[in-house]
Amino acid sequence: MRIGTIIDGVVIDHIPAGRGMELYGYLGLDALTCEVALIKNAPSKKLGRKDIIKVNGAIELNYDILGYIDPRITVDIISSGACVRKLHPTLPETITGVIRCRNPRCITSTEPGLPQAFRLADREKGVYRCIYCDTKAK
Amino acid sequence: MRSLIDIQELAPGEIDALIASAEDIIADPAKYSQRCRGKRLATLFYEPSTRTRLSFEAAMLDLGGSVIGFSEAASSSASKGESVADTARTVGCLADIIAMRHPKEGAPLVAAMNAGVPVINAGDGGHNHPTQTLADLLTIKREKGRLSGLTVGCCGDLKFGRTVHSLLAAMSRYEDVRFVLISPEELRIPESVRSMLDARNASYRETDSLEEAMPGLDVLYMTRVQRERFISDADYARLKDTYILTPEKLESAKKDLAVLHPLPRVNEISPAVDADPRACYFKQVRNGKFVRMALILKLLEA
Repeated sequence: MRIGTIIDGVVIDHIPAGRGMELYGYLGLDALTCEVALIKNAPSKKLGRKDIIKVNGAIELNYDILGYIDPRITVDIISSGACVRKLHPTLPETITGVIRCRNPRCITSTEPGLPQAFRLADREKGVYRCIYCDTKAK
Repeated sequence: MRSLIDIQELAPGEIDALIASAEDIIADPAKYSQRCRGKRLATLFYEPSTRTRLSFEAAMLDLGGSVIGFSEAASSSASKGESVADTARTVGCLADIIAMRHPKEGAPLVAAMNAGVPVINAGDGGHNHPTQTLADLLTIKREKGRLSGLTVGCCGDLKFGRTVHSLLAAMSRYEDVRFVLISPEELRIPESVRSMLDARNASYRETDSLEEAMPGLDVLYMTRVQRERFISDADYARLKDTYILTPEKLESAKKDLAVLHPLPRVNEISPAVDADPRACYFKQVRNGKFVRMALILKLLEA
């Protein structure tokens, strides 16, 4: 399967297979007016199968979200048809406004105006906990 | 400006310093009687409490300060839908320090992020209750002479019991402390507490038998199975009387065991145990006021 060449934009590669659509939503790509391609289940030497997102246009990426989804994700910055930078997001120390706390006893359950914020509690296992109630992110 | 939301925010050295300060207050209360003159404590209690609220208020009054506040959500603007953040901002304009109890986990943290004055978590749902832990630690220190090298049994509701969670977090940082976690299967420690103990390589074992655990304990921390933490009344009724401490059960215990309980008790400690010199739960109440005085002094830098 071939998707047209990106001229100026980004390629988000090595997304774990099946999580591309989730990432598409988190990054708000539905609001873009430029060409966007989501490729699911592409063959990958590193992962076996992977998802890829290609965006043919200028975009500000939230690298915290990419790192949270999977720190193996890579981002190629494309300029004039060539890859000018390759970025490797890392697990962010905190992640805000992406995931919701599921604990019904958490203050965020009754005060929806509060930012949904999680801190990295275990880097090795990639565990995040709600800053308010310490509940593990699912 | 600093708050106290979780006991783990205090380094062991800071806890030791607070305990030393509390012991100095106990030794010479008159020396401290005017240290907070002109300062005001606001007690924002969205949940019923006898001991903790009165302890905070007595602590501030004994330091020469004054107290304002409310003792139930219905008598505050929360009943009109005001957010915790807005209440904290408002009260931060009126008081020098806040003690907050709230049924929702994390509410005191929200207050601390917005009040502009120090906030002390006086209990947030089943989550944290750091000043109870300070009272527990001061009591253990005074009864046992140390906080390290002890076998500590925690009995009852270890799932929802915030006092147990905070005690485990604090004591697992001292050397050679072993925990025996005594509870029915349904009320064992939650995953977050288990992860914390595992990450620290804390020594702990779980059992459902108080009788089996009793002879090895230096400290027995009893807790109430709290009705308000259960969604189902049937579950509460089934588990509430699981562990009742009686003089007969204490026969196999060490002669210098210290029995603690955060109170209020319902029927998990028979009143017949109260006369036993090993019963320390009313001493805990007394110690709680002194350690809250030490904490208020520290946070106000008074």
